[in-house]
Amino acid sequence: MGSMEGPMSETVTADGRTIGGVLMEMRGITLRFGGVTAIKDISFDIREGEIRAIIGPNGAGKSSMLNVINGFYHPQDGEIWVRGKKRRALRPHQIAHQGIARTFQNIALFKGMTTLDNIMTGRFTKMRAPWWQQAVWAGPAEREETANREIVERIIDFLEIQPIRKTPVGRLPYGMQKRVELGRALAAEPKLLLLDEPMAGMNVEEKEDMSRFILDVNDEFGTTIALIEHDMGVVMDLSDRVVVLDYGQKIGDGTPADVRNDQAVIDAYLGVPHD
Amino acid sequence: MSADFLNLIEVILNGLMAGVMYALVALGFVLIFKASGIFNYAQGVMALFAALTLVGLQQGQVPFAHLIKAVTGLDVHHWWSMPTLLALLVTVGVMILFAFLVERLILKHLVNQEPIILFMATIGLAYFMEGFGDLMWGSEIKKLDIGIPSGGSFWLEEATIGWAAEGERYFGMYIDLLDVWATVIAVLLVVSLMLFSQYTKTGRALRAVADDHQAALSVGISLRTIWVIVWSIAGFVALVAGIMWGSKLGVQFSLSLIALKALPVLMLGGFTSIPGAIVGGLIIGVGEKVFEFAIGPMIGGATENWFAYVLALLFLVFRPQGLFGEKIIERV
Repeated sequence: MGSMEGPMSETVTADGRTIGGVLMEMRGITLRFGGVTAIKDISFDIREGEIRAIIGPNGAGKSSMLNVINGFYHPQDGEIWVRGKKRRALRPHQIAHQGIARTFQNIALFKGMTTLDNIMTGRFTKMRAPWWQQAVWAGPAEREETANREIVERIIDFLEIQPIRKTPVGRLPYGMQKRVELGRALAAEPKLLLLDEPMAGMNVEEKEDMSRFILDVNDEFGTTIALIEHDMGVVMDLSDRVVVLDYGQKIGDGTPADVRNDQAVIDAYLGVPHD
Repeated sequence: MSADFLNLIEVILNGLMAGVMYALVALGFVLIFKASGIFNYAQGVMALFAALTLVGLQQGQVPFAHLIKAVTGLDVHHWWSMPTLLALLVTVGVMILFAFLVERLILKHLVNQEPIILFMATIGLAYFMEGFGDLMWGSEIKKLDIGIPSGGSFWLEEATIGWAAEGERYFGMYIDLLDVWATVIAVLLVVSLMLFSQYTKTGRALRAVADDHQAALSVGISLRTIWVIVWSIAGFVALVAGIMWGSKLGVQFSLSLIALKALPVLMLGGFTSIPGAIVGGLIIGVGEKVFEFAIGPMIGGATENWFAYVLALLFLVFRPQGLFGEKIIERV
């Protein structure tokens, strides 16, 4: 393959965070379902440590893009490069093992399980004890269980959800479920965190909480985040760079300020009042 | 106490223990249904196959003896009788291998197919295994004895013989030791399964897959690995059920029909609930024995053949999701 792209020079944001080189690069991604082209020749990159927003009107291909990144969909054309290496076609659970965690637009929690157990499943990729040790609760398996449990408790503290630790998540209100889902994704200590509309359907207060958590995750753990969001105010506040999709094509890419002033973007998206 | 009352207690106890045996079969269904949405018609045949393999190994039968004779003319039918414990371990291994093959040869190719197609595949699997079991171990009825005590408990008979009121004819309670052991083993099995699914990583993964496939994938759980594990566990449960029923009735084709007895249990308990399978089994077990005892003589007996199904029908009418099943609410 051609020459690797050298890491971009590090940049420091206004609020003092360091944005590193390219973590993941999408090159000419095209995704078709039968005759429908959901994504058409889209290229963009995600840099280490940044918050990258993907925006666009309904049906623009945002969720499809996320599904391509985490392996639910396999694009017909195009390549994904991770830290300068081309990624081969992998199944979703293998991609999870490579450090990509996600949340879903329509919350996908394990409804019968408690908050604690849900977030514990997020540790799946970090736990290695073989099943026969787990079955007899042998030393290494027990130590692993305890150590991971501590990490999960820290996440629970971080997200301020101690009171619902033992509640089956199916019974929690919507906003809380969204928070637990974020916790499950965080538990994997991902190098790339994908958030599909983390604030959809939330009230103002819940949105503020969620924004704060997203910023804190990025700031404190240096986690790279790619998120889809409809609320333009939120997007402008949170993200370092924004990629704009419309009808499966990329129509804009840049800082929130750039994108806001781009005529194509205004025509396609911002000009049309939403909600 | 009157002798009638003591008899009723005996009937209830026997019903409970029969119920445990039903629950054991139903449990195998529930495990697979929860994890993969497949109604595994082959569960009963799996019990038969596991029991056949166990007896075959234990008695030192040569697998495929008839086939070998037909093809090569060699008459080998006996080699080495394995000790029971070793035979058990090897049978467990065979059931795990079976689970692996089912995933590789069937499930893998049917991902995301309609439930009815998966169901049909398990029907095919059931008939295949039935034939395969015959070919491998022969079709004659075999006696299974792995050293579980059986026969009536004299201790209980003697202990209870004096309980009846003065002057009544009462000969003590009759309880088969095999049933008692089956109950103990089934309880241990269920408790350890529950602990495993509650407190281990793999157990959580099993529950996760039962709840949401996509979310499970997104945290790194491989569905195919989980399916192999679930079918292995179901195979193990089938082995335990096969041993219990095989020790009682002999290992023979009709063993696979115990699966039919699990159907009403599932309708009562719901297809997705392990506690449901147990409670459902107990209700059916006690229900049919008490009904036979109390009402049977008035209507000519043999009610055990149909009671469970009628009870299940009533449940289908009034509570289709079963006692513990998830309520099905379809939004329109």
